Amino acid sequence: MSSLTIADVERIAALAHLELTDEEKQLFTRQLADILSYAEQLQAIDTTGVPATAHVGATAGVERADEPRPSLSTAQVLANAPDPAPDAGLFRVPRVIG
Amino acid sequence: MTVFGRTASQLRQDIAAGSISAVEACLVTLDRVSSMNATLNAFNHVDADRALERAAAIDHRRAAGDRLGALAGVPIALKDNMCVRGMRTTASSKILDRFIPPYDATVVQRLENAGAVIVGKTNCDEFAMGSSNENSAYGPVRNPWNLDTTPGGSSGGSAAAVASRCVPLALGSDTGGSIRQPASFCGVVGLKPTYGRVSRYGLLAFASSLDQIGPFACTVADAALALSVIAGHDSCDSTSSTADVPDYTTALTGDIRGVRIGVPRAFVSEGVDAQVRAAFDRALDTLRDRGATLIDIDLPHAKLAIPVYYLIATAEASSNLARYDGVKYGYRSPAAKDSLKAMYSKTRDEGFGAEVKRRIMLGTYVLSAGYYDAFYLKAQQVRTLLRRDYEHAFESVDLVTMPTSPIPPFKLGEKTADPLQMYLADVFTVSVNLAGLPGVSVPCGFADGLPIGFQLIGRMFDEATILRVADVFERATEWHSAPPPI
Repeated sequence: MSSLTIADVERIAALAHLELTDEEKQLFTRQLADILSYAEQLQAIDTTGVPATAHVGATAGVERADEPRPSLSTAQVLANAPDPAPDAGLFRVPRVIG
Repeated sequence: MTVFGRTASQLRQDIAAGSISAVEACLVTLDRVSSMNATLNAFNHVDADRALERAAAIDHRRAAGDRLGALAGVPIALKDNMCVRGMRTTASSKILDRFIPPYDATVVQRLENAGAVIVGKTNCDEFAMGSSNENSAYGPVRNPWNLDTTPGGSSGGSAAAVASRCVPLALGSDTGGSIRQPASFCGVVGLKPTYGRVSRYGLLAFASSLDQIGPFACTVADAALALSVIAGHDSCDSTSSTADVPDYTTALTGDIRGVRIGVPRAFVSEGVDAQVRAAFDRALDTLRDRGATLIDIDLPHAKLAIPVYYLIATAEASSNLARYDGVKYGYRSPAAKDSLKAMYSKTRDEGFGAEVKRRIMLGTYVLSAGYYDAFYLKAQQVRTLLRRDYEHAFESVDLVTMPTSPIPPFKLGEKTADPLQMYLADVFTVSVNLAGLPGVSVPCGFADGLPIGFQLIGRMFDEATILRVADVFERATEWHSAPPPI
């Protein structure tokens, strides 16, 4: 499982929306293989019937009343955007399709 | 008048008594920050005008005879991953270089309601990912005890700011040791509260099942004071606990007779530097001398905490950091104007540093089809076994102790080439986050002039006991009192 290839790294980078340079691909292939190989020691642990811990909180499914509360104005929301369209109240992005 | 060397509690008293004004304290602090920062690089951002305005408001309150909060006029620094409305907040990342939060984190509201004066934002590893503060887009922080040495990470700036007596208090965040390890490296007290004790609202998320905000201070009493202010339920963080918040300062009774302290002998016997080991053994002797009972315990799965942590934390990080895409806030690559997908990918490659990308990659991998069961699910199951180890231990002891870091502070650049070696240095801190427990690091010695700390780990929501024991240790020793030679 730890024999990670450049192709694996390219596949993961695409999933993570990271356009890596060739140097980064080489480096990460080696470093991630090291880390995953170290993590393989977990395979030796018998976890039959052991539930997974996703979080340690005692609370689950916290609900609140479905009532409107004050929120940020459109101007505040757009204030940090790299390419806002304030008149339209939108975030502008490059072409999405084709 | 100088405020150097005064604890937060003393300064609060001085300000309330009128022997120093909040504005004077603030001016001296800003001066100290400015002279220290040229050397330490501990602050990403200082907002002098805002701080002086808040300090003046405290002085007005006092003049008007209004009630003063528990931290009235006390200067405080925040790790740069907590949102302060209108104050630049970057997480030490290029991708948030110009981010100005439109709202306050809950801890900010609580601190300011108590009268604390926020002076600025401290440097850290990018998105709190690192153990040496070398992963900051704004350069590494230097350890005030030795400028060629790392202050630890990821909250290295907060630790260095308190150690160098710039501020009596600072907040950090701790996902796998990021408060306790830099506290240990810089010779100060660092407290990671129980998961859920402090609201995470307004903390830039790294690993949501592990992240927790906590204080740095020069004394245990100050850490207890700060925790009393920031702890408590918050409707904006559904994982914050509704459990009552005691006054932690009154828990410091000075008496630990009969307290049962568990020592995981097998776990701490391997791979620990000789000087760290000696300092830890001496600390155990001190606690025994003060009336605590030392009991050998076993944490059989603790040695697996590193792989478990790095699989779970990176998986959560890969999800949390998906939001940084160059659309709503932060950096956008100017290179990709033709397609949305290319814009995302170029923005993220240019905006994130190497360690963040490495962790996003690892996390994406362990969550991807074909590897989820073998890595992510397996790690979550072993996390359960680790929690059970602690639960079992707490049937016979009141708290657990171990070194904070297996090694003394290391040189800048020493571990950057090998990420796995850097991760292994977190061996004693990560299990505490995985089990959701509170842990405090307290100074307990020096190795060649560099601070060493050790940890006290408590039951969930029993910060009072670990603080009480830490306080007794502090009263019995002098390790916390010497300022660094800077």
